[in-house]
Amino acid sequence: MDFQVVVLAGGFSKTLVPLVSKEVPKALLPVANRPVLSYVLELLEQNNLKDLIVVVESESAALLIGGWISSAYVDRLHVEVAAVPEEIGTAGALRAIDHHLTASDILVVSGDLVCDVPPGAVAATHRRHDAVVTTMLCSNPVSGSTESGSSGGKDKAKKHYNIIGLDPTKQFLLHVASGVEVEKDVRVQKSILREVGQMDIRADLMDAHMYAFKRSVLQEVLNQKEAFQSLRRDVLPYLVRSQLRSELLLNGVQSEENGNDKDASQNPKIVLSQLLANASTPSFHELHALGPNGFSLSPRKTHKCCVYIASKSNYCVRLNTIQAFSDINRDVIGDASHISGYSFSAQNNIIDPSAVLGSKTTVGPQCMLGEGSQMGDKCSVKKSVIGRHCRIGSNVKIVNSIVMNHVTIGDGCSIQGSVVCSNVQLLERVVLKDCQVGAGFVVTAGSEHKGESLAKKEK
Amino acid sequence: METRRVPRAVSDPKVRQVGFFAPGAPPDRSQSGPPHPASSSPPVSEISPSGNSLSPVMIPPPRHLSADLARGPHFSPAAPLSPMRAARDSIPVGSYNPSEFVAPTASEFTDDALSPNWTARRSNSGKFASSLPAGGFDMSSLKQNNFPASSLTTVSIVNMPPGITEKDGGAGVEVQKERSKTGSKASLKPLKEQTTKAERRAIQEAQRAAKAATKGDGSKTPAASSGLGSSANANPGKAAKASPQKKDNSPVAASEKRGSDRPQDKDRKKDVPHPRMQFDDKSRVEKAKKRSVVKQTEAKNRVELFRHLPQYEHGTRLPELESKLFQLDPVHPAVYKVGLRYLAGDISGGNARCIAMLQAFQESIKDYSTPPEKALIRDLTSKINSYVSFLIECRPLSISMGNAIRFLKSKIAKLSLALSESEAKAILLSDIDRFINEKIILADKVIVRHAVTKIRDGDVLLTYGSSSAVELLLIHAHELGKNFRVVVVDSRPKLEGKLLLRRLVGKGISCTYTHINAVSYIMHEVTRVFLGASSVLSNGTVYSRVGTACVAMVAHQFRVPVLICCEAYKFHERVQLDSICSNELGDPDMIAKVPGRKEIDSLDDWANSDNLQLLNLIYDATPSDYVSMIITDYGMIPPTSVPVIVREYRREHLWT
Repeated sequence: MDFQVVVLAGGFSKTLVPLVSKEVPKALLPVANRPVLSYVLELLEQNNLKDLIVVVESESAALLIGGWISSAYVDRLHVEVAAVPEEIGTAGALRAIDHHLTASDILVVSGDLVCDVPPGAVAATHRRHDAVVTTMLCSNPVSGSTESGSSGGKDKAKKHYNIIGLDPTKQFLLHVASGVEVEKDVRVQKSILREVGQMDIRADLMDAHMYAFKRSVLQEVLNQKEAFQSLRRDVLPYLVRSQLRSELLLNGVQSEENGNDKDASQNPKIVLSQLLANASTPSFHELHALGPNGFSLSPRKTHKCCVYIASKSNYCVRLNTIQAFSDINRDVIGDASHISGYSFSAQNNIIDPSAVLGSKTTVGPQCMLGEGSQMGDKCSVKKSVIGRHCRIGSNVKIVNSIVMNHVTIGDGCSIQGSVVCSNVQLLERVVLKDCQVGAGFVVTAGSEHKGESLAKKEK
Repeated sequence: METRRVPRAVSDPKVRQVGFFAPGAPPDRSQSGPPHPASSSPPVSEISPSGNSLSPVMIPPPRHLSADLARGPHFSPAAPLSPMRAARDSIPVGSYNPSEFVAPTASEFTDDALSPNWTARRSNSGKFASSLPAGGFDMSSLKQNNFPASSLTTVSIVNMPPGITEKDGGAGVEVQKERSKTGSKASLKPLKEQTTKAERRAIQEAQRAAKAATKGDGSKTPAASSGLGSSANANPGKAAKASPQKKDNSPVAASEKRGSDRPQDKDRKKDVPHPRMQFDDKSRVEKAKKRSVVKQTEAKNRVELFRHLPQYEHGTRLPELESKLFQLDPVHPAVYKVGLRYLAGDISGGNARCIAMLQAFQESIKDYSTPPEKALIRDLTSKINSYVSFLIECRPLSISMGNAIRFLKSKIAKLSLALSESEAKAILLSDIDRFINEKIILADKVIVRHAVTKIRDGDVLLTYGSSSAVELLLIHAHELGKNFRVVVVDSRPKLEGKLLLRRLVGKGISCTYTHINAVSYIMHEVTRVFLGASSVLSNGTVYSRVGTACVAMVAHQFRVPVLICCEAYKFHERVQLDSICSNELGDPDMIAKVPGRKEIDSLDDWANSDNLQLLNLIYDATPSDYVSMIITDYGMIPPTSVPVIVREYRREHLWT
C-alpha cells in the first residue's frame, strides 16, 4: 500500500528511571513478561506491515533492541534498526533517517504504544482525504484504578492536558495545544475558526503517537525548520497552524494549472480535475482555497490535517510514565487481556507450567507467573506480574505489583503497588509500598519503604 | 435471416431520419420553431406516443444486434454520419475497425515461452535457500536497493533467511526479481533438458502464428485483420475470401462472424458483474458475502418492496474497510482509495465516479507487472475483475462505470500477444486517456455546444441537483453573454444543488434556489428544464438522481420542455419501466438525521423499532413521455432515438 513504517523506540528514558537502566532501554521494559516494543511490532505484523524501521536513541540501546528483535522476530519481520544520538527528539530522529524514507506516505508509530487500533484505519483516513498528516487520537486513559488509587500520586500531579480542536465532522484537526501551553491562554486561530464556523474543543483525547505523514511534506518541514525537535510539540502544531496558508509545495502543480483561467476550457486535464473537484463534497480547505466568492484567480494553498479517533472500545495507552507502566501491566493481564496474546487459565491467570508453587500458596486472578519461578509456602499473589526465574520465599504477599526477572525475595516480605526490577534482592521481612526498586538493588532485611524510588547509585 | 431483416427495413428509414435530423441541423434553426421537436412544448406529446409504439418493435434482441452490426461498415448509417460529425466537431471518429481477434491458442504459446524462466526461478530459489552464506549477500544487496544513500547510522538487521523472503514478498520483491533474473540467466543452460518439450511446442506455436500473420498481411483489406484473428479456429482462406463481398451476406461470412462473435458475447456476460443480483435470495447473498472483502451487515428494517436491492448498515462498513487497509493485498492502493471515497460518499456523480475509477485503473496498470507464468491479457483481466468486485462492494456500479469497464476489458482482450508488456501497458493507458477525453470531456463540450443553442435571452432555466454537463452548459452560456436566470432545485439529503449554486453564483449567474417541494410554484416562470442523467435506457427512460422524474413531470404538466444532457457512453441497452426493479439504496441514516438540527432528530433509534422502515432511494426512472429531447454527443435526439444510438454506436463505444 506504499506505506513505510517507522517505529520510534526511544532510548533510556529519564522519566522512567529507575525502571530503565543501562541494560533495559524503555522499549524492552516488560509488559506481562514481554518487551513493550513487541506489542507494537505484533500489531504491525497482524496488519501485514512487515517492513519496518526501528529508530533507537543511542548506540547501546540500539544494540540491545536490535539483538532482541533479531532473536524474537527472525523469519517474521524485516526490521532495520537505526541508532540516532540521544536527546535528538522525535523530529530529529526522523531527520536522521530522512534518506531512508522512500514511500509516498510514512506511518510513524511510537514504540511504547500498547493498543489494538488497526494502523490501517489511520492510513485509510489519511489516504481518503489526501491529508498531509493524520494523527490518531484516543480517549485519555483512566490513570490508576480505584484499588491502586493511592499509588503514583506524584505522577498525577504532572498530568498534562491536551486541548484538541476538531471540526464538526470530527475529521479534521483544527487546533492542538498540550502541556505547558494549556496553562496559559489558549489561542485559536481566527482564520481557521472563520472558515470552519464551528470547532469542537476536546480535552478528553490523547495523542496516541501514531501518525501518518505525507513523506514529501514531512521531509520538507524537517529540512526547513531545523529547530523542530518533536513531532508532537513542533511539527504537528506547525502543520495544523498553517493549514489554511500552506507554504508547502504539495499544491504547486495545481496552482499552476488554475493560474491561467482562459486556458482552462481548452486543456482537458483541467476540465477533468475540475469535474472531479466539483463532484466531491468540498471540505472547508477547498472552500477557503477558492476564496470568498467561490473563484479567485490565485487559489490559496491549503493542506489537510486529519484525525482518526479510536473508538472507546479500543485499548490504547502509551507507556511513558511509571504510573502508565503499572497500569498497562495491570490491564494487559486484566481488562485488555486480548492484547497480551496469552491464553488464560480457568482461574483467569497465567502460571507457567515450569513454575513451582509451595503448599498453601495462592495465585489470584489477573496474575502472571513466569517460567522457572519458584514460590515458597503460604504465599499470596494478587493482580501482579512475576517474571522469570524468580525465587520467592515463604509467607510473601505480592499485591498490585510487578516483579521482573531473576528477583530474589526473602521470607515474610510484603510488596504492594510496587515495581521490582530484574536481579533485585529483597532480604527477609521487607515491606514495600508504592516503591520502585531499580535493577540489581539489594534491600536490607526488615526495612520498610513507602513511596520511594530505590536504585543503585551510579558510579 | 429474412425475418431479422424485415423489421430493419421498416424501421431504418424512420430512425435514421430522426437520428440525423438533430446533428445535421444548423444551430440557428433552433429558434424557428415547429419542425424541431423540442423548440416548444406541444410537440412533445405528439412525438412521444408514436415513438413509444415504435420503440419496442425497433429494438432487436441484443445478440442478433451484434451479429448484424458485425456485418460491417458499409451497412451502418454511422458511416455517412461520422465524417460529417468529424468535420464539425473535429472529433476523431472511430470508424469500425474490426478488431483483431484473440486466438485462444496464443496464450498457451506465451505460457510455454515463459516456462523455462519459471522453472529456472524455482530451482534458483531452492539453491539460495540451501546455501546459507547467500543470506549475507542477500542482506547487503537488499539494503542497497532500499536505501540508496544509506549511512552509518543504520544497523540493518535482516532476519529473514532467503527462503522466507521468497514467500513473503514484502520488501525484498525487487531484490528477488533481480535475483531470479540473474539466476535464470545463469541456470538456463543446465535446465535445457527439462524444458525441451515445452520449447519445442513454443517453437511450433510461433511458427504457426507467423504463418497466419503472413497470410493476414497478404490480403491488405481492413477485414483481413479479422480474418487473421479467426484463422485460429476457422479456415483463414475462407475468411479472406469472404471479406470483400461482405455486403451480400454469404453464409460463410455470416457463420464466420458469428464464430468470432460468440466469445465476445460470453465476455460480455462475464463483464457485467451480475448487476442485478436479487438480494432477497438468501442463499446467493450468503455466497456473495463469503467472497466479499468488505464485511457487510445488512440493514434490518428494509422496505418490503425494495428487498431485492442491497442495503447495508453504512455505519459499520467504513471503519471495517479502513481497518483492513494493509490486509487487502490484491487491491491496488489507488483503487482502494477510490473505493473508500465511494463508500464515504466523497465522490458522487456518474462522470466523476467513472473518471476516478478509470484513473485508479490507470494507476494500477502502471504498476502492473505480469507474473512469470501468466499471460498479461488474462491476468490483467482477472485483476481488473477483482478491482471491480471490490468497488461494487463499496458502492454499486453506475451504468456509466459499467460501460467504461466493458470498454477497458474489451481493450485488454484485444491486445495482441506480440506486444511486450510495456507496450501493452502504454496502449491501455492511452486508451483509457482517450476514453476519458473523447467519451466524457469532449462529449460534454459537444453537448454544451448543442444545448447552448436552446438557450435564448430572457430564459429562465431550471435544473435539478448537480449535473456536471448542465453546469458546463450554464457556465458556457453565461460566457457567451446570454442573458438568463437559473433556478436550482435541490432536495435532501445530499443537497448537491448547494454546491452547484455556489459555483454558479461565483461565476456571476443570477440564480434562484429552492427545494423540490416548491417545484410546482417555481415552474410557472420557467421556460426550459435542463437535467442531467445517470443513464438513458433504450426505451428512452431517463435514469437519474431521485427527484428528476418529479421535476420532469411537473414541467410536462406546465408544458415546459425538458432537455436531458447525457453523454452517449452512459446509454444502456437495458429497458426499464419503473424505478423499483433496479435501483440503489442509500444510507437510511442520511434521511433520518439532519445535520446541525439535534432538536428534530426524532428518528434517532429508528433501527430498533420494527414497524418503521426508511427508504433512501438514489435513482428514479423518468418515462420518455416527459422528456422532450435528449442532448448527447451525437446531437439532439428525441428519446425514441436512443435505441438507434445504442445499436449503431455500441461497437464504437467498446472499440473506440
